[in-house]
Amino acid sequence: MLGALTLILVCQLVGEVLVGVTGLPVPGPVAGMVLLLAGLFARGRVDEGLDTATTGLLSHLSLLFVPAGVGVMVHWDSLRSGWLAMGLALVVSTLIGLAVTALVMQGMQALMARSGAADE
Amino acid sequence: MNDAPLIDVWVYLAETPLLWLTLTLVAYVLAFGLYRASGSSPLVNPVALAVLILIGLLLASGTSYDSYFAGAQFVHFLLGPATVSLAVPLYRQRAKLTTLWLPILVALVCGIFAAALSALAIAAVFGADVATLLSLAPKSVTAPVAMGIAEQLGGHPSLTAVLVVATGILGAVMGTPLFRWLRIREDSVKGIAMGVTSHGIGTARAFQVSGEMGAFSGLAMALSAFASALLLPPVLSWIGFGG
Repeated sequence: MLGALTLILVCQLVGEVLVGVTGLPVPGPVAGMVLLLAGLFARGRVDEGLDTATTGLLSHLSLLFVPAGVGVMVHWDSLRSGWLAMGLALVVSTLIGLAVTALVMQGMQALMARSGAADE
Repeated sequence: MNDAPLIDVWVYLAETPLLWLTLTLVAYVLAFGLYRASGSSPLVNPVALAVLILIGLLLASGTSYDSYFAGAQFVHFLLGPATVSLAVPLYRQRAKLTTLWLPILVALVCGIFAAALSALAIAAVFGADVATLLSLAPKSVTAPVAMGIAEQLGGHPSLTAVLVVATGILGAVMGTPLFRWLRIREDSVKGIAMGVTSHGIGTARAFQVSGEMGAFSGLAMALSAFASALLLPPVLSWIGFGG
């Protein structure tokens, strides 16, 4: 468990350093995730400690967004003046984003299944 | 007479991170309990509920967001290690990934632009100013990246953080009923859509549905962070925003 937590933090730290040095347009933790994924592929399995640590961190992922969410109180005034534009934009664009992504992916899979079947 | 010691205790607590760190966890545990009691209804979103409880407490005690964040930052910090941890569920889905990479990439790029451009168009029609529009554009991307994109475009990064959380909650609430209505059954497809549109909060919700949906949502969130950071700023400046 301690080893696994250390490994996760080391990946994040190396990710942050890599992003800082190379100027990659991604956040350090995302680079760290790619590093850990590469490590898992190299090792070929997930150790028990790493499994416990990551399951623990991910099982209450929602909690980690609470502090940023409370920040809404700082922006109360600008949100109140533009609430209609922003509220509508958020609701409708979220629905559009979900539907477009899901339908395109499903369509692509159907298309590939059909061309795959035609090839055989 | 007994007021003085009580005030001393309050002054002490208000200056250590312990109070708001603890209250953040208490609010979340309460909110999560309500969510469970509702039969895991997506309408009772634990993030939204915990945020409401905490804002109520902060307003009632006259505490500023900065002093709240001094305690809550320890929870906020874990977002980084949690992002790194997504490598594990992703690794478990490697067999599916090798067959699905092309549909995932095409859906990802379409989803990113559908969400960002529709948000800009609607807000522009309803008269939002340019800085608001630019803060709104990266709202489907995970918070730290979205804030970076907003800054690059000329929006308000802290407003973006709030819009990002709101988008996450909306996707988590509306996703499941929308997928049912569209008759989308595969967890991999639902997961990708959730991660592209609603980043980490959508991913948290996806993990509550199934491990597979969560893994794909985490993958989509990470890919979308890369792709949005690379594609959104040049495309938005090309259509006349920021730059």
